[in-house]
Amino acid sequence: MTSVRINDSDVELPDQASVVDAVAHTTGRELTSAGAPVDGGRLGVAVALDGEVVPRSRWAVTELSAGQDLEIVTAVQGG
Amino acid sequence: MEIAPLSIGDYSLQSRLIMGTGGITDLSALEKALVQSGTTLTTVAMRRYSPDTKTSVFSMLERLGIDVLPNTAGCYTVKDTVLTAELAREALETDLIKVEVIADEHTLLPDVIETLEATEQLVDRGFTPLVYTSDDPAVALRLEQAGAAAVMPLGAPIGTGLGILNPHNIELICSRAGVPVVLDAGIGAASQAALAIELGCSAVLVASAVTRAQDPTAMAEAMRLAVEAGLHSARAGRIPKREHALASSPAEGIINPLEDLT
Repeated sequence: MTSVRINDSDVELPDQASVVDAVAHTTGRELTSAGAPVDGGRLGVAVALDGEVVPRSRWAVTELSAGQDLEIVTAVQGG
Repeated sequence: MEIAPLSIGDYSLQSRLIMGTGGITDLSALEKALVQSGTTLTTVAMRRYSPDTKTSVFSMLERLGIDVLPNTAGCYTVKDTVLTAELAREALETDLIKVEVIADEHTLLPDVIETLEATEQLVDRGFTPLVYTSDDPAVALRLEQAGAAAVMPLGAPIGTGLGILNPHNIELICSRAGVPVVLDAGIGAASQAALAIELGCSAVLVASAVTRAQDPTAMAEAMRLAVEAGLHSARAGRIPKREHALASSPAEGIINPLEDLT
């Protein structure tokens, strides 16, 4: 298992987990390797890994290593 | 009167009333207000994903066919602002960004130094920045020179409902601007939205005034009508201001002229 920080919480993911796996874990949605929801629609989520945005096109090929810090964000109500 | 779409960079804004989505917990009440406002562009904030976000405002806006305008609310520095904008672009697939860099949480006033630097960097990165700023005409010009696609001066501090505290400054900003001016923040009543347009603003952004009104749907309609009235009024050409009265009824043929009373 690999332990990473997601939105300030420690999360255990399988070894060689990628950003896609982290997003699927956090959102509870099944994702294609392209980062799109299997059930259709738009995900509306973005990821920063150690302070750098990871484009959706690179989610599947970005493998996580222990101790890395992920921010997974989405749109919420706001002025 | 036909109201033409407003060009903000490459984006075409249909309704001149931009709405915010904060300040209301009841999503169905928010939906009714948004529909009644006729808005076609509505702000959202970017925050950490939480399980409660599932029936999100994003999917609601998508269902209503309303475009999203992500903001950088909560940012104090250039670095956080640029990262938030990049995340918003990635998550929501839009180049539009409402740049909002505040100085402190008590006044929520914009930090114009950080705002200017953030605007320059976001332009370099291909964003279309709509920039929240103070009502300082000199700063508004600097933001435009830095590449702001629209400048959004405040009428009064966020959430105060105090209206347009310095109409002269707003008018001066509008008269010199080469990009659209959107009045942002401070509006409390519909008359103030009409005034913003009469002063030369191209559009108005309203959040708390609607979402925290006693009847958000009714206030949303009032705002829509006020913006429309403002556009009519601005186009109609108001009379010049005078120091003394100017009668509109004829001066001749008055019965009981004043001299007879003496």
